[in-house]
Amino acid sequence: MTAPALSLKNLCKSFGPAKIINDVSLDIQKGERHAIIGPNGAGKSTLFNLISGLYTPTSGTVSLNGTLISGVPPYEINRMGLSRSFQVSNIFANMTVRENVRCGVLHSLGQGYSFWKSVTSSKEVQEKTYAVLEHCALLDKANTPAALLPYADQRALEIAITIAGGAEVILLDEPTAGMSHSETDRAVELIRKSTEGKTLVIVEHDMGVIFDLADRISVLVYGEIIASAPPSEIRGDPKVREAYLGDEALPEETV
Amino acid sequence: MSDTTQTYADIGPSSGAKFRQRFLPIAIFAAIILAIPMLDPSRTMLALMHQMAIYIVFALAYNMLLGKGGMLSFGHAVYFGLGGYFCMHAMNWIEEGGIWGAYPTFFLPLLGFLAGGVAAAVIGSFSTRRAGTTFAMISLGVAELIFAGAFMFDSLFGGEQGISGDRMNGPEVFGLTMGPQQDIYWFMAFWTILSVIAMYAFTRTPLGRLSEATRDNPQRVEFIGYNPTRVRWLVFTASGAFAGLAGGMSAVNYEIFTPEALSLIPSGFVLIMAYVGGITYFAGPIMGAILLTYMSSMLSDFTEAWLLYLGLMFVVIVMYAPRGIAGIVFGFWDGIRGSNPGAYLTNWLIRLFGSLLMLLGLIILVEVSVRWSNGWGEVFEPFGMHFPHESILTWIAIFVPLGAGAAILRHVTREKEEMAA
Amino acid sequence: METIVFALLNGVIYGLLLFMLSSGLTLIFSMMGVLNFAHASFYMLGAYFAYTIMGATSFWLALFIAPILVGLVGAVVERYGLRKVHANGHVAELLFTFGLAYLIEEVVKIVYGKTAVDYKIPDLLNFPAFTIYGASFPAYRMFMLFIAIGMLIGLWFLLKKTRAGLIIQAALTHPHMVGHLGHNVPLIFMTVFGIGCAMAGLAGVIAGNIFVTDPAMAVQMGPIVFVVVVVGGIGSLEGAFLASLLIGLIQNFAVGINASFAEIFWFTGLSPTSEIGDITISSLAPVMPFLILVLILIFRPRGLMGEQEL
Repeated sequence: MTAPALSLKNLCKSFGPAKIINDVSLDIQKGERHAIIGPNGAGKSTLFNLISGLYTPTSGTVSLNGTLISGVPPYEINRMGLSRSFQVSNIFANMTVRENVRCGVLHSLGQGYSFWKSVTSSKEVQEKTYAVLEHCALLDKANTPAALLPYADQRALEIAITIAGGAEVILLDEPTAGMSHSETDRAVELIRKSTEGKTLVIVEHDMGVIFDLADRISVLVYGEIIASAPPSEIRGDPKVREAYLGDEALPEETV
Repeated sequence: MSDTTQTYADIGPSSGAKFRQRFLPIAIFAAIILAIPMLDPSRTMLALMHQMAIYIVFALAYNMLLGKGGMLSFGHAVYFGLGGYFCMHAMNWIEEGGIWGAYPTFFLPLLGFLAGGVAAAVIGSFSTRRAGTTFAMISLGVAELIFAGAFMFDSLFGGEQGISGDRMNGPEVFGLTMGPQQDIYWFMAFWTILSVIAMYAFTRTPLGRLSEATRDNPQRVEFIGYNPTRVRWLVFTASGAFAGLAGGMSAVNYEIFTPEALSLIPSGFVLIMAYVGGITYFAGPIMGAILLTYMSSMLSDFTEAWLLYLGLMFVVIVMYAPRGIAGIVFGFWDGIRGSNPGAYLTNWLIRLFGSLLMLLGLIILVEVSVRWSNGWGEVFEPFGMHFPHESILTWIAIFVPLGAGAAILRHVTREKEEMAA
Repeated sequence: METIVFALLNGVIYGLLLFMLSSGLTLIFSMMGVLNFAHASFYMLGAYFAYTIMGATSFWLALFIAPILVGLVGAVVERYGLRKVHANGHVAELLFTFGLAYLIEEVVKIVYGKTAVDYKIPDLLNFPAFTIYGASFPAYRMFMLFIAIGMLIGLWFLLKKTRAGLIIQAALTHPHMVGHLGHNVPLIFMTVFGIGCAMAGLAGVIAGNIFVTDPAMAVQMGPIVFVVVVVGGIGSLEGAFLASLLIGLIQNFAVGINASFAEIFWFTGLSPTSEIGDITISSLAPVMPFLILVLILIFRPRGLMGEQEL
């Protein structure tokens, strides 16, 4: 039996006396599309930070493909094949879109910390950058400074940098936050295309997106997972309805 | 499927643009340097230019850290000094003969590069773990420590007299005896052009790009698989190495090195140079180095308050022109080629006029104050005009231009904001 | 024996002086995120203003007026200088204060000259307070102790017992929230900056006449104050207090120890005439603070009592 792509065991995180994450255990299989939902303040971002190495757990473990990653620095976790995006666009504001993506591909193509050759000397780097830009429909904006991009394009760039390194496990933190309907649809398409065959863990508030994309949904409330099941079961779960203060939060089943 | 005729090369800058932006400026720079001797400059001018050359390399090295790496250091003269001191010792070893007797003085800056780099690698191993204010404070503490240490080890640092030497020893290269100023000019030209090319090339490498990425967003850098501390350490080492190279240039030029060169004063000076020049542009520190070297040697002949003017210029740039002189120059260049060059030029000239008015009032104020506080009864008398501090006319001459200039600037800035809106 | 007692007393006094400076710096940094590079320049201004006022009237008037003047200068600097640069980020603010320190030093040189001025201890306080083992301890130093403690108590009272202090404490950690509650945060910032500078000025008034009052005062005192703030833990007044006393005591004790490295490390066979062997503890005293700084930053970056790293 192969190890799950991501495995959280009895994960706890406290800040002083405040328990933010309380005994969370979760297994996410390879290739699975897993969504994490929950009311504001439930600890979703903290969970992401624990998985991606920004926080160390107070107790419990996080494993990637069977290898322990809790307590490992984020850049090593990234090299092991996990990449994440951020809720607030975390791009390189002073570089162009093209340079942003190019930075994203460097390490995966073995460029290392080299200072003896030009950054454009590798054909591989050039081609990979082009491919990612094309994939994310950012080609026409390739030479725009990232800081000047409209919001939805910044979020697309955020996703582009996240997938540029070719990681197998992708964590997306509210990728469609603040988008209009059509922008959201485009983003969902992009996410679906980019994570074919990869493991996706996504935090979202937009229920339409969740029920569209996810194979399984986990519901996080006050740092605990109260339910973890396929979308159809989550819809009917009374505990989940209660957590969201009423049925209107969950979309009706389309017949 | 994708358009097979378009490739990565098509979305990057065209080869024409690359030539204009990257190759041409450096070529022009080199051409100017090579052409200057044809104008037969005086010995004073040559000495001044040699000083500029040293500071150009030092300021560029410093900007690898500040502008390109986002690390503010208050003690970079340490690496300049350690590189320079090592070269002074090497100079003396060359004179003594033996194995060292075969090492040409011309290549001493290479040794400075090594010494500066090693020192930076060692100190950077703990100081680059954090960025920002912590890094700045460590650099301050280390600089104070090493400066104090320099006075404790006379054999290494020569105490207050420092270490001196003679550069006219060892084998000659390129037919240069390294004696007369003309020879030193070629020495400076060689190392300056080489350093500029090397440091520019660095910005085009993966490490150079990562350095800028780490400056902008160290968190994001971790999530593309790089350790930001490692990036900072490597950049710090490179920056220290080039500072040491500049130190070597200085050692050959002045044939002496004292502990003062390691102190906070040259460290602060290079910071001001780089910032005034403009840290976001590669050419910024070059402009800053040229301007400030000129000011510090020429201006001091005209007024005893030149350091005050320097400080004022720095504060004004920090407050009103944070992109430095390079920012002003390139901004002007862009504005002139923009949508409404006529209006832009008019606006710019009015602002220039307002600034000059204020400068006029300020100069009179400073010069009169200096003479007043000196108490020797000296009167400020530029170009035959008479400004005694007792006379009301003097104070009118101060406050009218100051006020008028400020009013013009305020009006024009508001107008520009309305234009842009 | 008297060496120990004197070192203790002098160490405490110097430490309290450092605290007068570092407490202001800590308040300013905690609240505004700005490490005021020019803080020691306000210390210098305090000494010079006091010298001028004392020359015209009396020391006691200077003691009262000079710090207020310095505080006003600080408030003006904040309102018209720092606030403008705030938008450009912390590095720009640090550079602004760096340029400011430069400027203040140059202006002082122009107005007062490049050499030290004769800022004297007032005759009223110029007598030995007590004698131990034949060595006398000046009354003026006891006065310094008295003033420093008084300021400490005043600060504590302001912060813990008054409404204004409560607001300042809140703004220390949550300036936005305090703004939303209707308080004029820019005014609070300006006030805190002014108070911090005034405290530095007061330190200058009482220290300027016992140490030298010259344009290099700021450059000598400044880095040590930074060391105190960083070693104590950025944002922690208690830490600054601890670090101030620690550094004050270490420096004053070190000055009294004439043992050389050759004597201490005799077991290594270090020759007393060699360069390393010749170094005495007392000669290391001026750089002790920086050694401590570097060590703390390597091993415990958040300082003695800081909650967060820089």
